[in-house]
Amino acid sequence: MKKSKKTAINNYVTYGIVLVFYGIVQIMINGGNLSSLMQGLLIPLCAYTILAVSLNLTVGILGELSLGHAGFMCVGAFTGAMFTQITETTITNSVLRFFLAILVGIFFAGLAGLVVGVPVLRLKGDYLAIVTLAFGEIIKNLVNVIYFGVDDKGLHVSLKSSVELGMAADGKVIIKGAQGITGTPKDSTFFIGILILLVTLIVINNLINSRSGRAVMAIRDNRIAAESIGLNITQYKLLAFSISAAFAGAAGVLYAHNLATLTATSKNFGYNMSIMILVFVVLGGIGNIRGSMIAAVILTLLPELLRNVSPFVSDNRMLFYAIFLIGVMLFSQSPKAIDFRKRYLNFGKFLHKEPKKEVE
Amino acid sequence: MSLLEIKNLGISFGGLRAVNNFNITIEEGQLYGLIGPNGAGKTTLFNLLTGVYKPNEGSILLDGKNITGMKTTDVNKAGIARTFQNIRLFKQMSVLDNVKAGLHNQYRYSTIAGILRLPRYYKVEKQMNQRAFELLKVFGLDKYSDFLASNLPYGQQRKLEIARALATNPKLLLLDEPAAGMNPNETKELMETIQFVRKEFKMTILLIEHDMKLVSGICEELTVLNFGEVLTQGKTTTVLNDPKVITAYLGE
Repeated sequence: MKKSKKTAINNYVTYGIVLVFYGIVQIMINGGNLSSLMQGLLIPLCAYTILAVSLNLTVGILGELSLGHAGFMCVGAFTGAMFTQITETTITNSVLRFFLAILVGIFFAGLAGLVVGVPVLRLKGDYLAIVTLAFGEIIKNLVNVIYFGVDDKGLHVSLKSSVELGMAADGKVIIKGAQGITGTPKDSTFFIGILILLVTLIVINNLINSRSGRAVMAIRDNRIAAESIGLNITQYKLLAFSISAAFAGAAGVLYAHNLATLTATSKNFGYNMSIMILVFVVLGGIGNIRGSMIAAVILTLLPELLRNVSPFVSDNRMLFYAIFLIGVMLFSQSPKAIDFRKRYLNFGKFLHKEPKKEVE
Repeated sequence: MSLLEIKNLGISFGGLRAVNNFNITIEEGQLYGLIGPNGAGKTTLFNLLTGVYKPNEGSILLDGKNITGMKTTDVNKAGIARTFQNIRLFKQMSVLDNVKAGLHNQYRYSTIAGILRLPRYYKVEKQMNQRAFELLKVFGLDKYSDFLASNLPYGQQRKLEIARALATNPKLLLLDEPAAGMNPNETKELMETIQFVRKEFKMTILLIEHDMKLVSGICEELTVLNFGEVLTQGKTTTVLNDPKVITAYLGE
């Protein structure tokens, strides 16, 4: 019972960090200490953090490597933005509309997770990674060729052009193929972003420390033993995978409502994005929810912060970014570094809790 | 009615007849031993019993219910729990959580209740903790409840595996070489634990073992397997003195 208390406190510390971060940023904004460039980064920052935390559920807790997380984000972004566009005239309260858009994004991304998960979760390791990677690319490319409009008669979908939709005169074309969705109201705010991040953290932390979370981790640690104690493998794998996808969807909605033009490019919803989220997770610690959150913040801000250092660093900032990644990985994972930390640095003790030696 | 009744069970892997025409009847409350030289098909039999392999022919009745060809998960729900020859714990989870994972199907609340932390969550978790600590105490593991399972010493890991299996509230407990890798002292302690479990939980136990001291010490009846077939069956003392058995182990 001691341990459950400890994890509960740990979780509250995580939520506290988020609130303190929010407070500091607000104070900086009010004091005029935050450049507009940085202010523009705040919402993507929330989105990336949510993505990292949700991917950690798949990679760290479920123990399956997924490279298609940006695909689920894409599903959420487009369904959420579509919902907002369709209901823009009917629901005038922008907060309520955005709230509903997030639910829509969560629902469809979760559904996509479920649909993809059923065949894909039969695979393991590298094979799963490759299939999820392919899924992400399919979603991105599909969105690029879809034309979608709405008029009095209902919804129209075409894969050719907006003329093909055969819309009535008063109709509105929402997705224009590769041009994507334009004119989505900018409903995202930093406050809402932080709120969604908190909800994500609470849901995922509570899930991990519940009956279902234990089942998921048991399956990760030893599938055969998990079956032998009567756990339903498919059910819990799908549960974790869908929840992870659903929150990626929420991040997508947040992201979409921060852009005047939403297009599916390889930069925002492609392979690179999936890898970047995975880097957040790995750097922050696989299975460490708080770590992935912090890693996402640091790695998103780092290139921008490097801009301000000196012209040389600014010009080569991606090089420094890469060196930073290598350095952190070596420092946290190499056996020599771990040994060094244990011996000379105090916090090593907290990082590597060893059991008391006198067992029996 | 006997608790476990296996009739005419058989399985082949390609041309290899791993288990052939296997029959066994285990009464409730019995402590039954399954022995045989390496490669005799003992673990294969456990895998057949727990649904890891599907038998080619024959039937398995547990408490009168046909469980032949069921999935592993359902076999456990029907009432068979097992341990493994090479320990399979949930290594990155705490000792307590290992047992609580075993309690999964006994104490239920929905995922939603867990996420929203509804009152039911706290109520059931409390019951789970109590039950898990009870089980850990039986094996003297309660003081290690916060440890990661992988940090326990070998002997304790074995015990934790048994505790986890018992947490699923089985009718029949299968132990696959519980004394493997243990020194004589640990084996002796394990024998006491097994006998205690049997009394305390009124458990029927079927165990595979190489350690003759353990087998002759606690098992009432034995079945000897050799090359997938039953060599002999009966009371422990008679079986162990059977010349056929001695030949199978030591050669002519």
